[in-house]
Amino acid sequence: MFSLEGKTALVTGATGGIGGAIARTLHAQGATVTISGTRQEKLDELKAELGERVHAIACNLDDGEAVDALPKQAAEAMGGLDILVANAGITKDGLLMRMKDEDWQQVLKINLESYFRLSRAALRGMMKARHGRIIGITSVVGVMGNPGQANYCASKAGMIGFTKSLAQEVAARGVTANCVAPGFIASPMTDALNDQQREAILSKIPANDLGSGEDIAAAVAYLASDEAHYVTGQTLHVNGGMAMI
Amino acid sequence: MSDVLARVKKIVVEHLDVEEDKVTESASFIDDLGADSLDNVELVMAFEEEFDIEIPDDAAEHIQTVGAAVKFISEKTG
Repeated sequence: MFSLEGKTALVTGATGGIGGAIARTLHAQGATVTISGTRQEKLDELKAELGERVHAIACNLDDGEAVDALPKQAAEAMGGLDILVANAGITKDGLLMRMKDEDWQQVLKINLESYFRLSRAALRGMMKARHGRIIGITSVVGVMGNPGQANYCASKAGMIGFTKSLAQEVAARGVTANCVAPGFIASPMTDALNDQQREAILSKIPANDLGSGEDIAAAVAYLASDEAHYVTGQTLHVNGGMAMI
Repeated sequence: MSDVLARVKKIVVEHLDVEEDKVTESASFIDDLGADSLDNVELVMAFEEEFDIEIPDDAAEHIQTVGAAVKFISEKTG
């Protein structure tokens, strides 16, 4: 089940914790993977670790034209593009009353606009092939909200609405579009929390543990698989029960 | 048969999976050839690619038949 043998995938933000786990998992399931990110050094490391069936293309998601071109570059490198995983994202937190225009714009641009650009560019080949998987990595806070993250939450909620529209437009062509919404995932950021902060977070999670990148990657692998062909427009929440939606 | 017509026909036959003799100049993509709105968008994009032209949305709206496509493309490329 859930084999990705012979499939080709593009993962953005692959130099991050969750993105790296997604790339590793899709690769382990048999897919050829193009990893993208801003840090060339990190990309090279991951490429070396994975070995064969891997391409690395650095891309700055702040550059609209570069984002438009990325799916095509990936498709040329791999001989096709079956799976797009839009994982890259940034935060620029601050209370709304103090939020600067550029903090709003940059978060929306990197998180939401690049998802639109990547999807639009990837769709052409998928429509022709009558097969494709578009997967956006959103966040539980896109549904629940979070003080200090109005920009981030707006971008993540936007991804969900975008995905639902896209899913309806292309469903008849064998292309599905879904989101995966991580809850609290262990990362260098959560490692830095003190015991009290950690306790406060865990008290809200019935599973009493943080999630891992691999938990998210497994959800992505499922949605990317042929077995998930009848699942579209959905948001799969992976959060240890902290929000049941 | 003009070169443009032949190339348009080929794209339509391949994309909509219809018999070539049904693809006449007066044939409507939606009414006669079974296309839906998404097919129309895909056809327009395929024409753009094949003839290396840009077809703006307001022009694309009027390209409902094989003949209309040939006329528009001929004018653009002629």
